[in-house]
Amino acid sequence: MLQFPGSCDERDAVLACERVDEARLVWHGEAELGDLDAVVIPGGFSYGDYLRAGAIARFAPAMEAVRALAAAGRPVLGICNGFQVLCEAGLLPGALLPNAGLRFVCRQVEVEVESTETAATAACQRGDRLSIPVKHMSGRWFAPPRALAELEKSGRIVFRYAAGENPNGSVADVAGVANERRNVVGLMPHPEHAVDPLTGSADGLKLFESLVRSAAPAAV
Amino acid sequence: MLIRPKEGILDPQGKAVERALPALGFDGVSHVRVGRLVELEAEDGADLEALCEKLLANPLIEDYEILSAGSESG
Repeated sequence: MLQFPGSCDERDAVLACERVDEARLVWHGEAELGDLDAVVIPGGFSYGDYLRAGAIARFAPAMEAVRALAAAGRPVLGICNGFQVLCEAGLLPGALLPNAGLRFVCRQVEVEVESTETAATAACQRGDRLSIPVKHMSGRWFAPPRALAELEKSGRIVFRYAAGENPNGSVADVAGVANERRNVVGLMPHPEHAVDPLTGSADGLKLFESLVRSAAPAAV
Repeated sequence: MLIRPKEGILDPQGKAVERALPALGFDGVSHVRVGRLVELEAEDGADLEALCEKLLANPLIEDYEILSAGSESG
């Protein structure tokens, strides 16, 4: 679990990971991550979101190591600010713009799983409807029409807001996407805040279970 | 450096400003776009294009323009 100055969801996310496996925090200045099985980049406001959300965090020493792990095929999940960081780093397609409504949105949304062939959805069923909260100011995912068509065609739109649930004006209701190899996934909703029925939903656990399953040797 | 949202990208800030103008008596103003101004001092030969491409602007969603107020180089 990466931690930047300004991250704020890393502890919830570690707790979510610990429901399915082990996890530890990695400070952004660490350039050597060792043999981590998977990386999660949590939500928050890394480096104050100065310039653009995620624009500065992508240059952190730990991100070089994340880049190497991603290239080695390890699962990498970016949540909210983590998604913004991965897009800015060029590890995921598209960019995240300020919400169309110009307001911070914080509410439970319904998200549909469109692809189960990714590191973050291997434990999901296609069409699963997950109840997960969003809380962000810059969550309007955008990709130019041609790039979007290509992503749609190749099944790299991983999560979509259910009809009428789009909280930020994202093009084609996109809530999360994957890289070409499908080991790097990012989404705006916060699965780490939906891991216990006590707080409204445990649907987010499926994403963490997916990471564990995808990180495991292919023998399973 | 002047950085602004690319043509065709919805700019809700610009829209909000535009909608507010008539109420203040400013008529005849349209196509408001809100961008960003970054001022810096650079030595001759600094690769400002790369600086914009890699950090100051996200070329997928923003255009940039480099304006120089320098006394020597143009």
